[in-house]
Amino acid sequence: MRPAWSVVIFTTIAGAGQGLFLMLVLGDAVFGLPGDLLFAGAMVALALTGVGLVSSTFHLGHPERGWRAAAMWRTSWLSREVIVLPAFMASVFFWAAGLWLDWADGVMAVLVALGVATALLLYLCTAMIYACLPFLQEWRTPLTVFNYFAIGLTTGTFVAALLSAILYPPIGVIFAMGALVIGSFAYLGRLASLARNARLRPKSSLASATGVKHPRIVQIAQGSMGGSFNTREFFHGRPREVVRGFRLAMLVLLLPVPALLLLAGGSSVAVLALALASHYSGALAERWYFFAEARHPQNLYYQAIA
Amino acid sequence: MSKQLALVIDLNVCVGCHACVTSCKEWNTSGLAGFLSDDNPYGRDPTGTFFNRVQTFEVGEFPNTETVHFPKSCLHCEDPPCVPVCPTGASYKRAEDGIVLVDYDKCIGCKYCSWACPYGARELDEHQKVMKKCTLCVDRITDASLPERDRKPACVLACPTSARLFGDVHDPASEVSVAIRESGGYQLMPEWGTNPANHYLPRRKTRKHIHEDELVRHDNPLKIDGQLPKPAPSDPSLDDVTSW
Repeated sequence: MRPAWSVVIFTTIAGAGQGLFLMLVLGDAVFGLPGDLLFAGAMVALALTGVGLVSSTFHLGHPERGWRAAAMWRTSWLSREVIVLPAFMASVFFWAAGLWLDWADGVMAVLVALGVATALLLYLCTAMIYACLPFLQEWRTPLTVFNYFAIGLTTGTFVAALLSAILYPPIGVIFAMGALVIGSFAYLGRLASLARNARLRPKSSLASATGVKHPRIVQIAQGSMGGSFNTREFFHGRPREVVRGFRLAMLVLLLPVPALLLLAGGSSVAVLALALASHYSGALAERWYFFAEARHPQNLYYQAIA
Repeated sequence: MSKQLALVIDLNVCVGCHACVTSCKEWNTSGLAGFLSDDNPYGRDPTGTFFNRVQTFEVGEFPNTETVHFPKSCLHCEDPPCVPVCPTGASYKRAEDGIVLVDYDKCIGCKYCSWACPYGARELDEHQKVMKKCTLCVDRITDASLPERDRKPACVLACPTSARLFGDVHDPASEVSVAIRESGGYQLMPEWGTNPANHYLPRRKTRKHIHEDELVRHDNPLKIDGQLPKPAPSDPSLDDVTSW
């Protein structure tokens, strides 16, 4: 598939926003965080998901009709995502308002519960958009859901660590260590999906695509003299070296570089900012590679121009 | 049982002339739903939106090769994977005749349905930014003002070799059902369970076996006595010039 930067940015940055909210709520429940850290965190989470939302509209041919996308939530994970994302943002917004205006504990508990539920649901919806397509075999695995959840949570934890280092340093170290622990699980999950996908054998072949029972079939012409939507949307169109480069960037930047930085340099603001930058670049590379590695069976029909 | 309109394409007959492609484009770019946009149609790198394409495959290794022309359009699956994923409901399958259609006014151009189609049957119109696909010429086959024989998809009417049949695959007596049943009609990529309504008829070899006894007639009456009707050239004749 061709990785669309709008979707790459949306899924990584909104995932970070959800992860940040979840970690703030968890940190508050365990350690009791100061109100200004929680409020600033809520604002950052809203900003991240907002940027993601704006980015996602660049993927649409008709963003002005985007509101229609909430219609088919019974069958479409994309539609469910379109409903859950604003629900999450509204929960975080009202939670932040409650922090600001000092709302009653009961109301705040309900808002936290709503926020946690929608954050988790949003990970599920975003990942299931890809994991529910049966013939994109690279995506059709529970590991897709795990990776979207774990990588988003890791990015969010790095953001929480940086934010805490600025506003409330004692908790910054804990979040930084948490980011490494959660990041290890995310890293293992991604390695597992890489190993799985390396062993995949495509179910479709030119024999099943054309119905001609012969082991050697070669396409001579795809029915157009130039490209078409089919040749643009479903191929990443990059040399193999570039794709391998993205995979290497993902494997190096996602966890090893941030881990070395944190273990060697401590948890100062500068080190945490560098670690977050490295990790987020790795997350972008991961998402890019996620799309590029998926081989769509329609490509069987688009292999030669004559 | 409900109706399911579909095409049956006979690969044994298709000659790869692309008449179905051009007539499809002509009909559907001139219709109510608006044009099918092209870029650089006569330039170096032409591209455009088509509902139907004829592809060509080479089967086997030289010298035992065979060319297969393969028209491909939306297969109007009975379990279309593209329909449930559509977030707006713009993609739908008509209950009354099983045609899979896109409501261009509801489509937001998210391309998700094209990802969910294993056949690459959907193409985004790069100028109108909505998803397009074969409609089985829904505006033509349902137009009561046309004479009955013209109420068929443009590609079917254009095909010079009648490689394209059109009809209701749920009616066991229809031309398409008989063709599928009696000529080995099959579906594309059956492994995904999409149950395409369109079927393809395989290449069929016509081989003639001529036996020895078909070349030489054993009960030829002229051979009964071993006599030829005329004397051999070596036999004597009356004038030594002509035979009798």
